[in-house]
This record gives sequence, C-alpha cells and structure tokens, in this order.
Amino acid sequence: MSQDPALLRRLLRAKDSMDAASHEEWPVARLARVSGISQAHFARSFKQAFGVPPHRYLLTLRLERAAAQLRDTDMSVTEIAFVTGWNSLGTFGRVFRDVTGENPGDRRAREKAAPTLLDLVPACFISAANRPDLKKAVSEKRRQDEAASVAGLEEKEIS
Amino acid sequence: MSQGVGVVGLYVRDQEEALKFYVDKLGFRVHTDVKNGDYRWLTVQHPDQPSFQLGLFVPQAPMHDAATAQALREMVAKGAMPPLVLVVDDCRAAYKQMHARGVEFTQEPMERYGSVDASFRDPAGNGWKLIETRKDAR
Repeated sequence: MSQDPALLRRLLRAKDSMDAASHEEWPVARLARVSGISQAHFARSFKQAFGVPPHRYLLTLRLERAAAQLRDTDMSVTEIAFVTGWNSLGTFGRVFRDVTGENPGDRRAREKAAPTLLDLVPACFISAANRPDLKKAVSEKRRQDEAASVAGLEEKEIS
Repeated sequence: MSQGVGVVGLYVRDQEEALKFYVDKLGFRVHTDVKNGDYRWLTVQHPDQPSFQLGLFVPQAPMHDAATAQALREMVAKGAMPPLVLVVDDCRAAYKQMHARGVEFTQEPMERYGSVDASFRDPAGNGWKLIETRKDAR
C-alpha cells in the first residue's frame, strides 16, 4: 500500500531523531511530535514505512551503539549499558544475548581480536550496516530460539 | 581529464525546491537547466569540481509509469536512496554556515577515526554525509 511522500518525509524526521540520540527516551508522544502527526497515527505509519515498530527500531540502534562502544572504547559493560540508554544492566545483557547470541563481554573479546576496516568507511555507514536486523520482538525471538534448542536436543537423543 | 563520471542524478520531490537548496544553501552552481514540456533536465555543480554534474531529477512520465514514479517518490522521502558524501576542508565551519542557512542536519559534527563528520538531508530526503578531508588524505 502506498504512503504519501510528504508523510514519509516527516516520519523520516522521527527516525533521524532516534538515530541522532538513541540513548534518549523516545515515547510515542515525542516521536509523533517530531513528525507532526497524531500519536494514534504514528506507530502504524512508522511500521508501514520502515518495516519495524518505532521502539524495535530504537532497540536495534541501542544494540548497535552498545556493540560499537564495546569494540571502540574501554568503558565497562555497565557504563556502556547506561550511556546507550538501558535502564538496567540485566536487561541490557539479556537482550544483547538474545539478539546477537553473544554476551557483551564475549563480543568485546572477539571484536578486539579482529582486524578493523573502520578508517576506510564513514562511521555512520558502518553503524547502519551493523544494526541488528530484528524481524521479531525480542521475547518472541527468545521463545523460538528456546524451542529450536529443545528440538535440537531431542533430535540428538533420537539419533 | 576527458574520461570519467560526468553526471550522477538524484531524485528529488520538486526541482525548484532542490535548485534553491543546492544553490542557495550548499553553494553549488547551475550547470544545465533545460525544459522540454513537463520534462526538465537540471544539473548543478560544485564550484571546485567542473568536470562533475549532480543531476536533480523528478521521477516522472514518460520515463516511469505512475506506480513506479510513486514508488520512487516514497523511497526518496523515507531516506532509502544510497549514501552521498560531500567533502569539505573544515566540517565544523561548513556545518555552522549551512546550519545558519537552514539546512536540516541529522547529526552534528563529531570527531572520530581521525576526521570530523556531520550529516544532513536535502528537502526531498536524500541523506548526505559531510566529511572533513583527512590530514593524512590518501
């Protein structure tokens, strides 16, 4: 279904705002205000335009930012969790693991050991490319991963 | 130089609006502006880059059918077109000047990886990265 380009341009402002400050709180009221449209309209229009609900998009931005800081800084995992917008270290660790399959600490160890091409590509394009592609809600993804691992165990027992 | 890329085109939502933006706000010059009925071939040029033209085109008939033109307008408006990079000597100075002229910045100048960069969009939604030349430029 097609959307009015003028509306899309305004929705893009909300998306850009989250990109620019993903550590901040972005309640629907604030996003709707940036786009100049009603709250009732906003979430549905955003999802239709960009393929994900606004808060899942924000989550993927925060995960990317956190992963980048694990890679590029010496801040502790706790500090990174708070500066990238998580209210609790526990939630950060759990969501990071659910989405990326790795603990933040393990990710850091792996990234530090790997060579980097960061000085050849503008940083924002790297950020965009590294943002996790989260097609499902995190809770849904976890349920499916758990189901899959149980299924995997059963298969092993049978064979 | 007589061989190489001569024109790269952008899709914009309105050529008059785009012309004002690229000329008045970014300091480009008009290279070619020719109308033929509804069709307008419009290219602009960076003052330091005489061998390259940036085309400012609207998705329209007869190049595209109505549905394709609409899809392209939507793509541009949601920022889905490919990355563009404008290189400057001093990112913070360029930001200050462009910001004062009303350019919509999506990221303020940031220093990282040995350079300074910022981001802005044209009125249609095309996203530009504003990057300072590296001191150790290759």
